[in-house]
Amino acid sequence: MSDRARLPLWEVFIRPRNGLAHRHVGSVHASDAEMALMAARDVYTRRGEGRSIWVAPASAIAASDPDEKAEMFDPADDKTYRQPTDYHVPEEVGDM
Amino acid sequence: MYAQGLINASGDPNAAETPEQLARFQARIDAEEKIEARDWMPAAYRKTLIRQISQHAHSEIIGMQPEGNWVTRAPSLRRKASLLAKVQDEGGHGLYLYAAAETLGISREEMQDQLLSGAAKYSSIFNYPTLTWADIGAIGWLVDGAAIMNQIPLCRCSYGPYARAMVRVCKEESFHQRQGYEIMTTLAQGAPEQKAMAQDALNRWWTPSVMMFGPPDTDSVHSDQSMTWKIKRFTNDALRQRFVDATVPQADYLGLTIPDPECKWNDVTQHYDIGPLDWDDFWKVVKGGGPMNRQRIAARQKADDDGAWVREAALAYAAKRSTQQEAAE
Ligand SMILES: [Fe+2]
Ligand SMILES: [Fe+2]
Repeated sequence: MSDRARLPLWEVFIRPRNGLAHRHVGSVHASDAEMALMAARDVYTRRGEGRSIWVAPASAIAASDPDEKAEMFDPADDKTYRQPTDYHVPEEVGDM
Repeated sequence: MYAQGLINASGDPNAAETPEQLARFQARIDAEEKIEARDWMPAAYRKTLIRQISQHAHSEIIGMQPEGNWVTRAPSLRRKASLLAKVQDEGGHGLYLYAAAETLGISREEMQDQLLSGAAKYSSIFNYPTLTWADIGAIGWLVDGAAIMNQIPLCRCSYGPYARAMVRVCKEESFHQRQGYEIMTTLAQGAPEQKAMAQDALNRWWTPSVMMFGPPDTDSVHSDQSMTWKIKRFTNDALRQRFVDATVPQADYLGLTIPDPECKWNDVTQHYDIGPLDWDDFWKVVKGGGPMNRQRIAARQKADDDGAWVREAALAYAAKRSTQQEAAE
């Protein structure tokens, strides 16, 4: 095994331009947040891909378990009454 | 990308895989669903991807060396700026790919160790030296050209993080190939000495470039399973043919000759034929016998050693800062 100093992993989120949300683009290794921001700038925004960067320690992200996808998300599937198309509006009324 | 604790999240990778699990997995692949980092996947799928993505990352990183060799000697400021930008892109490609491989549960440090020990391979093309400025043109045109042929189908690879990394890579590659072809055009239309230099570079880079697609389909060990898993979309020979068909007319335009007497248009197949390739030589170079293998790894080792104190100092500084912050709170 390597005795190399291990730099923590950071997840990188970039806002391509104002008006859009930050979006996950990848990750970098860095010793702290400041270094992670600099690395993210060099790795992910060499062609004006971003106007704002967020970095978060990968260890701070809690994720849902893919094996529980069904329990988590299927209940939404049969609630059609949450969709506008579930309601009848008479044609004479026009678009609504 | 959520690399930590990932293997445990999807269970022990060595746990027996039931036929039902495997069938369900293959059904997802067949339905063109993307597989994401924490999804269940067969251990062999994970292993194949780690091998392929890390090799790909190593190739990008080692690939910085032959071109980096000419940055300080580029013939104009424009050429220097664009070569520097290209080499920097290749470093970026390596990093996107290492990050994608890390989602499968291997650490960056393990991959580095595998590269430096010789356990992991990288594209054999980078074991040839860049002797003249024309080599920079030939590499951009041929090596990046071949890489693009290989990489475009990888944007549709079944593994999500790899496919997304490839989308970024492909967006950047087009500039690489065009800058190379522009260098070749300038040389081919220049003085006779310049044109000879361009021809010499083509002579040396053509065969290794054609071989970048890997061994022929008849003896490519990993091909079938990778196609079934939709990691690969086309066979080595199909991609190679596509590259040859695209490149020969580009050489014609330059007035340069493909260094293969058997390379000619075939009216029946509607493709260019090429002569036999020396695969024994290819394997010799992959396994360390190329002209530059030792220098490439030695340079990588030196960069790693020289950077060690910087990583340690940065970590020590971060630790000090966080204790100070805690004390202040
Ligand atoms: Fe690249
Ligand atoms: Fe490239």
